[in-house]
Amino acid sequence: MLSRIAESMFWIGRYVERAEDTARILDVQTSLLLEDATLDVDETCHGLLSIMGVDDAPEHVDLGYVLQTLAYDPRSPVSIAAAIGAARESARRARETLSVPLWEVINTTNRDIVSGRFATRRTPGVFQWVRERAALVNGTADATMTRDEGWQFLMLGRCIERADMTSRLVATASVTSGTTDQWTSTLRACGAYEAFLRTYRGLSTERAAAEFLLLDRLFPRSVVFSLNRAEQCLDNLESGGQRAGIQNDAQRLLGRTRAELEYRSLSDVVADLPTEMERLQRTCAMATEAVTKRFFAGAEALAWHGMGGA
Amino acid sequence: MFEGYETSGPAYDEMFDGDTLRSPYLRLRETLATLTQPEIVTRVEALQAGYLDQGVTFDIGGEERAFPLDILPRVIEQDTWTTLDSGVQQRVKALEMFLADIYDAGQVFDDGVIPRRVITTSSHYHRAAANVRPPNGVRVHVSGIDLIRDNAGEFRVLEDNVRVPSGVSYVMTNRRAISSALPETTAAHRIRPVAGYPQRLLAALRAAAPAGVTDPTVVVLTPGVYNGAYFEHALLARTMGVELVEGRDLECRRGRVMMRTTQGLAPVHVIYRRVDDEFLDPVHFRADSMLGVPGLIDAARAGNVVLANAVGNGVADDKLVYTYLPDIIRYYLSEEPVIKNVDTWRVGDAGAREEVLDRLDELVLKPVDGSGGKGIVIGPRATRAELDELRGKILDSPRDWIAQPVVQLSTVPTFVDGELGPRHVDLRPFAVNDGNRVWVLPGGLTRVALAKGELIVNSSRGGGSKDTWVLAGPSVSHAELGAETAPVEEPAPVEVVETSRDAAPAETPGPAITAMHEQAEQQQQLGPPVVEGRRTSLETPGGDRPC
Repeated sequence: MLSRIAESMFWIGRYVERAEDTARILDVQTSLLLEDATLDVDETCHGLLSIMGVDDAPEHVDLGYVLQTLAYDPRSPVSIAAAIGAARESARRARETLSVPLWEVINTTNRDIVSGRFATRRTPGVFQWVRERAALVNGTADATMTRDEGWQFLMLGRCIERADMTSRLVATASVTSGTTDQWTSTLRACGAYEAFLRTYRGLSTERAAAEFLLLDRLFPRSVVFSLNRAEQCLDNLESGGQRAGIQNDAQRLLGRTRAELEYRSLSDVVADLPTEMERLQRTCAMATEAVTKRFFAGAEALAWHGMGGA
Repeated sequence: MFEGYETSGPAYDEMFDGDTLRSPYLRLRETLATLTQPEIVTRVEALQAGYLDQGVTFDIGGEERAFPLDILPRVIEQDTWTTLDSGVQQRVKALEMFLADIYDAGQVFDDGVIPRRVITTSSHYHRAAANVRPPNGVRVHVSGIDLIRDNAGEFRVLEDNVRVPSGVSYVMTNRRAISSALPETTAAHRIRPVAGYPQRLLAALRAAAPAGVTDPTVVVLTPGVYNGAYFEHALLARTMGVELVEGRDLECRRGRVMMRTTQGLAPVHVIYRRVDDEFLDPVHFRADSMLGVPGLIDAARAGNVVLANAVGNGVADDKLVYTYLPDIIRYYLSEEPVIKNVDTWRVGDAGAREEVLDRLDELVLKPVDGSGGKGIVIGPRATRAELDELRGKILDSPRDWIAQPVVQLSTVPTFVDGELGPRHVDLRPFAVNDGNRVWVLPGGLTRVALAKGELIVNSSRGGGSKDTWVLAGPSVSHAELGAETAPVEEPAPVEVVETSRDAAPAETPGPAITAMHEQAEQQQQLGPPVVEGRRTSLETPGGDRPC
């Protein structure tokens, strides 16, 4: 498969997941702000923005600003609108390799943003809509794509992004923690609340919730689950069976981080969650770089320094 | 729904002769008679929404727009089509022989059919193409011959496109869209299918492979997503099942062309390139081109890769050469042209010049090397000052100009803004040459000027398109209709991938989405800035722009 196409597939996976997870995070935070009158709006909003990578926020921000930056404004690089636009742009570049239904699902989702319908959707309905569109994209991909390299890259992108975003979700929960409510909503945002209650038999503590979101091997949005899947994808892409060690840098990075999470004691991991989560996000960024270097570098533009039209 | 439809002016209306319905449209009117106005409007809306959802678009200045498609098809009867088919075939054959000759011995010059300087002074003449013999002798793998219908209803050739003609994708998407918008009407006709085009093209491209390559790897080379015809490039690559590559995906090594894959470099044998000559190879042409592949031309000259269409074809669809085409057809084929040219004066000839200068205010004057309609002056619409300026230019360099009468394009009923009215159309049939036979896609792209009285059909000027139905005669059985697809070869086995891990030069990794302005500009293949002239329906869409 062409390197450039592989790169597009990887980023479709990432952007679609990013749109979905941003919607999940915003869903939790907005409802918390509305329900919990004791929260300091300014502080919560700032915390949220900084976790999502916005460093240049003005001194005073309100919920409207947060929603504009993280959801509606297509010019803000961290918004849902921008992520959907970028997913569609990547899809357009790989259009001849996508199945027609998959292309159309991505394209019509983006049409909503271009036509301005998206901007008129209100919270929390808009988050529901984003989740549903993402489910439609993922479901269509699952139902129509052959399990070739393109699929592996799509899954790889999705898993890396999911590990990254779940870590951000966990980080937001710990920023405003102190209330069990916060963790309940966080679990709800992942659609994990019921599964969590069943698993821990109603014993809901902050520690258990963090453990579930970070380390559960069976829950598909947990960090460890996502890292595992990403490692698998890389394994499938590197077909030659290695007898010793791991040759792929990305795989090594992801594997080491996963092992650290799993083999350290839980108390150690949750002692300083924000820092821990930031480390995880750095690993995801480095893994992306390693994947780019290993598989996509061929797509680098080759500069030709001619001597004029000879 | 055709009550109140009024044809206007001297233009030939393809559906009505005064109040009388012309025979190709009998069934169309019959089946549409039951549709009410609101129902038509609903279907038109569904048609437009469908194109947006599917992303059937073209780009102008980097902005994507849905390609307007009129709901009423244009119908061409079997007999008429048979003539067009043979006329297009004849023209392509003559153009092939002409190109083979001028890039070789140049017999046509020695025999006095066309002066040598007409060719050598053409900006599209490339020495790089001289003495290169394509493996199966084909230079014009794909061509689009633009036809119009004059006031008497006779088809004429307006221009030839043998470089990178575009628009064929819309022929295929239009058919699908119209058959779902007008299922009753479609079912009542026996329409020759157009869906077989990609297989025909693939077969022709495979047949063009370098000697000795039994299972060639074919790719489509696109300037990129910012190019106006990107939708078409992606559709052709997808329906042929081949890779769609950009210049940066390819690399030349020791005279061979390779593409960069996740598994290393893989060889490429046939490139269906949708990049203009000037951008193909910075070594030979524009050194600042980011769309091309350094070394590509040398690889092609060495016979290791085949470019379709061949480099240097532009000399054959030059406007001045166009005026010699009837003679060229007689010279190579000893036949009379089946489809005539539009009457054209070569201003360089003294006799013609006098007449042209006398009638400057009623003719269309075109510069011979202008593409994209640049510098064209329409006499009846020009001011006195413009005409005087033109006169001066003509006297300065008469052989840079040709003149044509103002041609009225024929009209077809078209549904615009909830109303039915006559609109002007042209027709671009597409021909594929696999070396054994020139195959003409039954139909072609009908472009329609959506504004009333407008003669400019280009999509960049608010033009749309129509589905074009070529009717199968009663002698054609349904089985034959169905079988009218490509001579499909055995399916291509999995390509052999040469792995070389250290091959790809790893530089700084780029972000996934970068908006590179310069790249965007080049992908639209804008030439150097040229003084804006008037564009008319008679313009040549130079290179691969939206049709």
